[in-house]
Amino acid sequence: MLFRLILNKKHSTMKNLILPFLFGILVFSQCAQPSQDSTLTIYSGRSKALVEPLVQKFMEQTGIKVDVKYGGTTQLAITLLEEGAQTPADLFWAQDAGALGALANAGLLQTLSEDLSGSVGPEFVNPSKTWIATSGRGRVLAFSKVRVDSLALPQSVFDLTDPKYKGKVAWAPTNGSFQAFVSAMIEMHGMNSTRTWLAAMKDNGAVAYANNNAIIEGIAAGEADYGLTNHYYLLRNLATNPEFPVAQTYFVTSDVGNMLNVAGVGMLRSSKKNDLAEQFVAFLLNEESQKYIATDIFEYPVIALGSELAPIQAARSQAPVVDLEKISDLEATIALLRELGLL
Amino acid sequence: MQAQNWSSFRFTFTLLSAAVATVVVVPIVYLVLKATQAQPDKVLDLVWNARNLELFLNTIFLAGGVLFLTTLIAFPLAWVITRTDLKFKAAFTLLSVLPLAIPGYMLAYTLMGLTGANGSLALSLGLEIPRMGGYWGALIAISLYTFPYMFLNLKSGLMGLDPSLEEAAQTFGYSKLQVISKIVIPQLKPSFWAGTLIIGLYVLGDFGAVSLMRFETFSYALFLQYSASYDRIYAAWLALMMLSVTGMILVAEYKLLKGVRLHRTSVGAARTFASEPLGKFAPIVYTGLVILHFISIIVPVSTILFWWFRLQDMGIVLGWTQALAASLSASLPSALLASFLAVPVAYMMVRKSNAFVRFFERLVWLGYSIPPLALSLAFIFFTLSAVPWMYHTLALLIIAYSVHFMAEALGPIRTALYQSSPRLEEAARSLGASHWRSFFSITVPSLRNSIVAGAAFVFLSSMKELPMAYILAPIGFETLSVNVWSYTNEAMFAHAAPYALTILSVSGIFVSVLFSKEWRSV
Repeated sequence: MLFRLILNKKHSTMKNLILPFLFGILVFSQCAQPSQDSTLTIYSGRSKALVEPLVQKFMEQTGIKVDVKYGGTTQLAITLLEEGAQTPADLFWAQDAGALGALANAGLLQTLSEDLSGSVGPEFVNPSKTWIATSGRGRVLAFSKVRVDSLALPQSVFDLTDPKYKGKVAWAPTNGSFQAFVSAMIEMHGMNSTRTWLAAMKDNGAVAYANNNAIIEGIAAGEADYGLTNHYYLLRNLATNPEFPVAQTYFVTSDVGNMLNVAGVGMLRSSKKNDLAEQFVAFLLNEESQKYIATDIFEYPVIALGSELAPIQAARSQAPVVDLEKISDLEATIALLRELGLL
Repeated sequence: MQAQNWSSFRFTFTLLSAAVATVVVVPIVYLVLKATQAQPDKVLDLVWNARNLELFLNTIFLAGGVLFLTTLIAFPLAWVITRTDLKFKAAFTLLSVLPLAIPGYMLAYTLMGLTGANGSLALSLGLEIPRMGGYWGALIAISLYTFPYMFLNLKSGLMGLDPSLEEAAQTFGYSKLQVISKIVIPQLKPSFWAGTLIIGLYVLGDFGAVSLMRFETFSYALFLQYSASYDRIYAAWLALMMLSVTGMILVAEYKLLKGVRLHRTSVGAARTFASEPLGKFAPIVYTGLVILHFISIIVPVSTILFWWFRLQDMGIVLGWTQALAASLSASLPSALLASFLAVPVAYMMVRKSNAFVRFFERLVWLGYSIPPLALSLAFIFFTLSAVPWMYHTLALLIIAYSVHFMAEALGPIRTALYQSSPRLEEAARSLGASHWRSFFSITVPSLRNSIVAGAAFVFLSSMKELPMAYILAPIGFETLSVNVWSYTNEAMFAHAAPYALTILSVSGIFVSVLFSKEWRSV
């Protein structure tokens, strides 16, 4: 009955609807293509802007084809958890330690070879050697060039609860980097001091933003004078706009406020392309890639580089030493932030 | 013969509606499955929490505010465009639809970049107003890109009215205002409720604008739950709580629309309205239109252009054509499939309503408010366990889009059905035409405009959609919106600009082509 109608030319409206629908079906049918054996599949929570040049270079140098799925680190980590052993991904390149920690806890990552895990300092590999840092992302204090005296800056992140900072400090309690910083504080100073500090910051009118870049924009817009943020967002802003009215500084050496976050990469247990995957990780850790990460992305390299990059390594030395495994476990941090009504 | 083809007609339509409903139910089943894995004490902690009440109130206040503001913008706008001698109607209509093409977070970024001490208003004109944020920021941003839903619904409602009723009222001595409040507004009920539902459910699920404006609603909290602990079980509880709010709204809307009959009962074809002269109101009307379109279109577009010109190397737009092709190949089929499937659902609901069909129709609306991240996870779960070969295919993305956005197509089609008389179909059948034939030769032509409008809504939404665009799409399939997001996320606004402008231009062209037939007849 239906088909007779479709063929009946009198019903031209039906045809108007049916033809596009058939076109749709056509699109459907030409989709599924099984990935080839020589193709490496990466889920990247790091954005295309940063990753693409490296992937291109890797493909040119090795002739290995790389397929990348770009997305938010959180969304991709949850996607991987949902996919489980059926994931097509060989590698997961994440923006922060927490996402990798969640996958490691779920038993989805496999141990990396000694060659790889030995090629960076021990502070850049998790103890079970299932994931490895590819760059460092430092925590800093951003401040307004206009409204803040750069000679009278706070010494420690703990100073910010002082009444003179009331309503002037921007933070991002819902952001992954901030949460990793809170985890580091719990690890270094204990649960009670951390709870006291967070509560005091809240009482002192800390202004909440969604992410690090929003903090910097907020300071420029005059909504806050100081901000707890990652080091590279300001550098990227300054690269396109040298007039940008914000500067940044470290607290005293080894203050938890200078804590070093990482972006890292892990190999999925279900991957059958260990060789290709490890080649890619080794490529990310070689001198050329690390130099690119330092000079073009403004993040900290995880291997020792030549003297022209000395300032970056000096900055790295400001950070306290924290166990990566500890800061990747956000469970206690989340409970604390929720208890205080910050999340 | 008649009875037999009626049963084949009813069977096919019910089956199509049921198929749609089944796909919508998938994510809900997933959420329930996840939720039941929770430990009861933790659930109690999470559900009976003072913060949830705050989130609930925030969400309700935001939705209410947005509805109020969008109606305030959309009703006068629809009125002057359908009923007066306004000039450049086609251009104003296009400009009033185009905000739908601007991704929410882009609009929020541009509004925020405009205000504040370092905003472009302060830097260029010395005009320093506090930076937008919080409740008011979220309210203004969301209203500015959702008012077109209300506008188009009210516009098609106004165009479907019969002038004879209003004329009759005037002969009984009703004033113009009385005619509007007693005759026009009651008849606009289905259009208004369709717009209300879409916008209300949209606000429930919006994530981009509320997170940037720092205003915490349910959907924002839901994302935080995922991102903070990678915990899908308790996130499922939050999602189900949110869906129960949606469910209440849907039941209320159904009760309000029950028994509505608004089609003409008189004989002959409806005449069209004579357009009223704007007269002394003309300056106010034109000024209002210019201000509205300045804020909702010109500001965001010029901000994006401004970002673009800051880019030193203009040749950097890598993979622009692939991104465009990817966006089109997902959005076009989704728009067609969604409006194709919305017709039987709406028809059965309005004409042959029974408990089953009503339930299916309500489910489509419910699907619209399922947070996209939860929806994506549900599709991963079900495709991998039932049809793994479909995973990471364009087909899956298209199905997800069509089902998720179908409510946007359902609204206009449903309104058109309420307004078109069943008498004509009945007459055709009494003359011996089958149900099928009366449906295709009488009903479908009268629905043409609304099907087009519905397809346009779905197209615009799919063009800017995230995160399904990267979670469910084939690997390496990067739409324009994925590119925009990828660059803005790294604060590289200049690089995001060309992709954002492409979304806008393609959407603009698409909407102009779709509506061109209708405009010629205005």
